[in-house]
Amino acid sequence: MARDIKRFGRITFILMLCVAAIFSVRILFAQENKAETAGQKESSGNKEEKFNAGELIIEHISDAHEWHIAGHLAIPLPVIVYSPEKGISCFSSARFEEGKGNYKGYAMEHGHIRAVREDGSIDEPATAGLIDFSITKNVASIFITILLMLWIFISVAKAYTRNPGKAPRGMQSLMEPLIIFVRDEIAKSAIGEKKYKRYLPFLLTVFFFIWINNLLGLVPIAPGGANVTGNIAVSMTLAALVLIITLFSGNSNYWRHIVAMPGVPAGVLVLLTPIEIIGVFLKPFVLMIRLFANILAGHIIALSFFSLIFIFAEMNYALGYGVSLLSVAFTVFMGFLELLVAFLQAYVFTLLSAMYFGAATEEHHEHH
Amino acid sequence: MELVTPAIGLVFWMCLTFGIILFILKKFAWKPILKMLEERETSIQSALDAAKKAKEEMTSLQASNEKILQEARVERDRILKEARETKDSIIAKAKSTAGKEAERLVASARENIQNEKMAAITELKNQVASLSIQIAEKILKTELSSDDKQKALVKTLLDDVSLN
Repeated sequence: MARDIKRFGRITFILMLCVAAIFSVRILFAQENKAETAGQKESSGNKEEKFNAGELIIEHISDAHEWHIAGHLAIPLPVIVYSPEKGISCFSSARFEEGKGNYKGYAMEHGHIRAVREDGSIDEPATAGLIDFSITKNVASIFITILLMLWIFISVAKAYTRNPGKAPRGMQSLMEPLIIFVRDEIAKSAIGEKKYKRYLPFLLTVFFFIWINNLLGLVPIAPGGANVTGNIAVSMTLAALVLIITLFSGNSNYWRHIVAMPGVPAGVLVLLTPIEIIGVFLKPFVLMIRLFANILAGHIIALSFFSLIFIFAEMNYALGYGVSLLSVAFTVFMGFLELLVAFLQAYVFTLLSAMYFGAATEEHHEHH
Repeated sequence: MELVTPAIGLVFWMCLTFGIILFILKKFAWKPILKMLEERETSIQSALDAAKKAKEEMTSLQASNEKILQEARVERDRILKEARETKDSIIAKAKSTAGKEAERLVASARENIQNEKMAAITELKNQVASLSIQIAEKILKTELSSDDKQKALVKTLLDDVSLN
């Protein structure tokens, strides 16, 4: 057992080194691209473009219509756009590059789909009416996560039904402690023995969804590297689900405590009730911000360490190499920290959700 | 600003896919997994309970065994004691019976001897009587062998008879 753990630790360490190496290679490619364009610009008489760390980082953590792999290699993703005039249009994002940046009256500008007129100018009112349902990098990453989850948990479920009463094996024994952890430490402790079963499927799904997405986000190469849980839309959807479930499962006791806290004088209630009502929405809002900010910060830090290499390399090549050693060391350290954060954020999100559900379903008891 | 503006398309896909995976996993993964886990936990618990119960039973069985053994030992001692007593009493009884029998035998022997003795005495008496008669006959024969003697006897006899 101890040997296994040691071996696991060693493999993780090697993996982290690989991750760090790939990260730096990717940024090198990006840097080369920049250099090329800079070269072109120089020849056309412009000043040399400096390495822009902020732009690089924002580009990596934002959603995109193509999945960048390395250098010039990127997988184009399907664009699905709805406009009130033209209905739904479906095409590959590669079309934009082929046709002078303009296809079927749409154009790509800073990663956003814009409606354009015949002459190529942006049609602002039409753009405002567009709804972009494209399979972006984040949507594709969610699909991958979901396929992964279906594969993992349905095979685990099969393993349980195939050999009932046997000791767990393989994937089953990896997942079982986590499932039991969510059940006992999160659902049972926060909601209570009587009602936890109703919420357990949601909590388990949320936990593994966030965790697997966080882990995939740590892998810098496709099909990982997308900043899914660090995207506000994703964390907002999850938090909204938590809010909806909380509101629907709230019992009379819960509502009484919000609208008119028992045992509080009417004068204070004037102040307290609005606060309580705001609190109902504030709780999931904080849930959303916490997950979003933590994961986003993790991505930004990892990219910042690597950007440091190029910032220093622009000053002096030797300095760049020197800083790269430090950066890789720091990124390996951050990688381990992010592994912990990936789990921790999934845990915190699930635990707080369970606590909100628990508060909503708590039975009335006498206050002292 | 772009980072904190949720994209409507992503929200749509997220709702759709999360809803689907929640539904599928709930039906095909969480339900069987949680059911199996619960079953296994109850079976482990019942096995533990059974083991505990068996242990308790074992202890009680051992105690009762000990008790039975103790009882058996007591019983054995009692039986042995009884047997010893019985033996003693039998021996004592046999001794007394034998003593009585011996006395009876001695007594009957003595009686027999007495009887035999009496018979022998009677026999002897009879013998002596017959011998006496024979002797008397012989004497008489010799005494009365001649007429003279007979006359003399008659005379004596007659003389004895006093005519009173």
